Amino acid sequence: MFPSRTVVRSFPRWFSASSASSGSARLNVPIDYKTTPLLHHTPSSLATSLEFPRSASTKRLNLYQSINAALRTALSTSEKVILFGEDVAFGGVFRCSMDLQTEFGSERVFNTPLTEQGIVGFAIGAAAEGMRPVAEIQFADYVFPAFDQVVNEAAKFRYREGTTGANVGGLVVRMPCGAVGHGALYHTQSPESLFSHVPGVRVVMPRSPSQAKGLLLSAILECNDPVIFMEPKVLYRAAVEHVPIESYTIPLSKAEVIKLGKHLTVISYGQPLYLCSAAIAAAEKAMNGVEIELIDLRTIYPWDRPTILESVKKTGRAVVVHESMVNYGVGAEVAATIQAGAFLRLEAPVKRVAGWSTHTGLSYEPFILPDVTRIYDAIQQTLEY
Amino acid sequence: MFSRALWARQIAPLRRQAIAPFASRRSVTTDAASAHAEDIPQEDDKPFTVRLSDESFETYEIDPPPYTLQTTKRELKKMYHDLVSIRRMEMAADRLYKEKKIRGFCHLSTGQEAVAVGIEHAITKDDKLITAYRCHGFALMRGGTVKAIIGELLGRREGIAYGKGGSMHMFAPNFFGGNGIVGAQVPVGAGLAFAQQYSGEQTATVALYGDGAANQGQVFEAYNMAKLWNLPIIFGCENNKYGMGTSAARASALTDYYQRGQYIPGLKINGMDVLAIKAAVQYGRDYTVSGKGPLVYEYVTYRYGGHSMSDPGTTYRSREEIQRMRSTHDAIAGLKQKLLDWEVVTDEELKAIDKDARSSVDEEVAEAEKMALPDPTSRILFEDIYVRGSEPRWMRGRSVDETFYY
Repeated sequence: MFPSRTVVRSFPRWFSASSASSGSARLNVPIDYKTTPLLHHTPSSLATSLEFPRSASTKRLNLYQSINAALRTALSTSEKVILFGEDVAFGGVFRCSMDLQTEFGSERVFNTPLTEQGIVGFAIGAAAEGMRPVAEIQFADYVFPAFDQVVNEAAKFRYREGTTGANVGGLVVRMPCGAVGHGALYHTQSPESLFSHVPGVRVVMPRSPSQAKGLLLSAILECNDPVIFMEPKVLYRAAVEHVPIESYTIPLSKAEVIKLGKHLTVISYGQPLYLCSAAIAAAEKAMNGVEIELIDLRTIYPWDRPTILESVKKTGRAVVVHESMVNYGVGAEVAATIQAGAFLRLEAPVKRVAGWSTHTGLSYEPFILPDVTRIYDAIQQTLEY
Repeated sequence: MFSRALWARQIAPLRRQAIAPFASRRSVTTDAASAHAEDIPQEDDKPFTVRLSDESFETYEIDPPPYTLQTTKRELKKMYHDLVSIRRMEMAADRLYKEKKIRGFCHLSTGQEAVAVGIEHAITKDDKLITAYRCHGFALMRGGTVKAIIGELLGRREGIAYGKGGSMHMFAPNFFGGNGIVGAQVPVGAGLAFAQQYSGEQTATVALYGDGAANQGQVFEAYNMAKLWNLPIIFGCENNKYGMGTSAARASALTDYYQRGQYIPGLKINGMDVLAIKAAVQYGRDYTVSGKGPLVYEYVTYRYGGHSMSDPGTTYRSREEIQRMRSTHDAIAGLKQKLLDWEVVTDEELKAIDKDARSSVDEEVAEAEKMALPDPTSRILFEDIYVRGSEPRWMRGRSVDETFYY
């Protein structure tokens, strides 16, 4: 039985063993992607995950290979799928489109000039005629010339089409995002909250290869809204797991409870989930009996409020974690929603752990981005509150 | 239908190149040693005339610059020294990157050195220069030191941007970077030129971008403003034939980048010949400073390495092509040959210049390597938000509830 607030305050039973054992040096070790529970290291763990077909044959893929597999599946499923962007013809800088031009021809997979605004505008036009264009922006940091196209054209398309029935569903703009440790100002950003401010586009960020394939196929083949699909580039090679060979989709705008818990809910998406998982493991080990729930938002906008509210109503405590800057970030929206929807169940203020509100200078990334220690501290403070 | 139309557009440039009657048109040479000079004076500082090749320029709506260039032995030697220094520095960056001492993104200008050197020898220290991410050579020419540039790449406090920027974020006096977003620097350059015009300075801005960036919409927006208000700016496309991994003909409907200003006169320049570049920029600077409006230049050049350190540079072009450019069109080898042919220097003097340039670069690189790593303190995090010495008493921190007191 979970103790009431007063009991927690007077008898913090799970903190007795914690304080001395959590030196930050020991918590902030590099994430071991070979052992993290977030990846399916065996086919059976993949099969037990309910959203995948149980009989599916699998293959171990990293994130770029699974994106490549998803694109290949999409291109072979529908003639309407086309793929283009800067240097995608020879595979793209992260190899996501390797061999696709050879397989599907240069009419369907082709290079564009360096012209982001043009790429997205062009994709919107193609989508309006019923194509399913997948446009690649080489780095999320480069998308800003195309911001007008996303905000004023793609997002508002269905709203302003009158009675013509035109829409740009089928449009997917893929972009690698996030920090890798040395990207500095222009190869590090994660602008999901900017796009999430605008109704009309869906913003998706997968956490792993198997998630990426299902979500991307959903975005390309099934979604009738334009989708901004952001791929954490640090996972392209690092995250390797079993991925079903068959085509499958994962519903958009549906969060996933990755790990059940009773006492606190950690909400995150993309790469920081691995940090959360490590911090939770450390916290549960240090604090006897504490069980922490971990939720992957997966789709950042429009997002799955019921799943988060249900969880926080159960646990009474929440920490939101994301990599991009804390100010006006996704965490603010999630925290506001929780206080509006679960206020009477809250035992502590919702805490945000996110990048600091500053730019990522080359040598300062480790100090700016959230790390395991900061998440651990937030968990501890929220539990102790 | 849609995809078919697109396909036709893609192959069209190739087909046109194959059959267009180019023979009747004079095209720019990329021979780095095509200039001629005679009667070289003995004295280091006595001017003499160099005659440039007839194939140094191609014009668009403008008379060509004079095909003669006044220079001195001292200047030629300095140019050679500069070229060798940039290449040596880029080679050091290449090595340090491969040794994993430089982290992050790094784009080297090996092969394109003549553009940075030629421009610097044509403009004054008061003129402004802005370029994209391939900026190490320009930072050096504008007054940065090898030590500060390599220090920056290594993320050290003594770096040219205090180690906070890294490869593509370098500033120097009247050098406005070093910009990581392709094309974004071009309208900024127009703004620089506007300020020059507004304040009545007799100076110009040189705004550079690559053949890849030339297709960015904002480049054309900058053209329009510059011509509309007759700004003193020379737009300069460094055409190294490949925008990242895509050849110019596969990315640009018109690969004559010097004609892309449409209503702005243009000039295509042999970008492997440092003397042709100097002549062209000197001429363009006078033209634009005198109020005649902007110019669009195209420097025909070549990068020997890949686009960035993670690009081997051989998947989209042949090794033979790279080898041919290196061995027969190299800017350093070209100038070297001229200096010897014209007897500006003897073999021994030239070797001494080579040795001096290399050893001084090597020394500074070694010093940079010895610099200490920065301390992770909040003092460093909060500096440079304001010009040093002009900071307020306190500053809001990384979140709203954090305050830093200077």
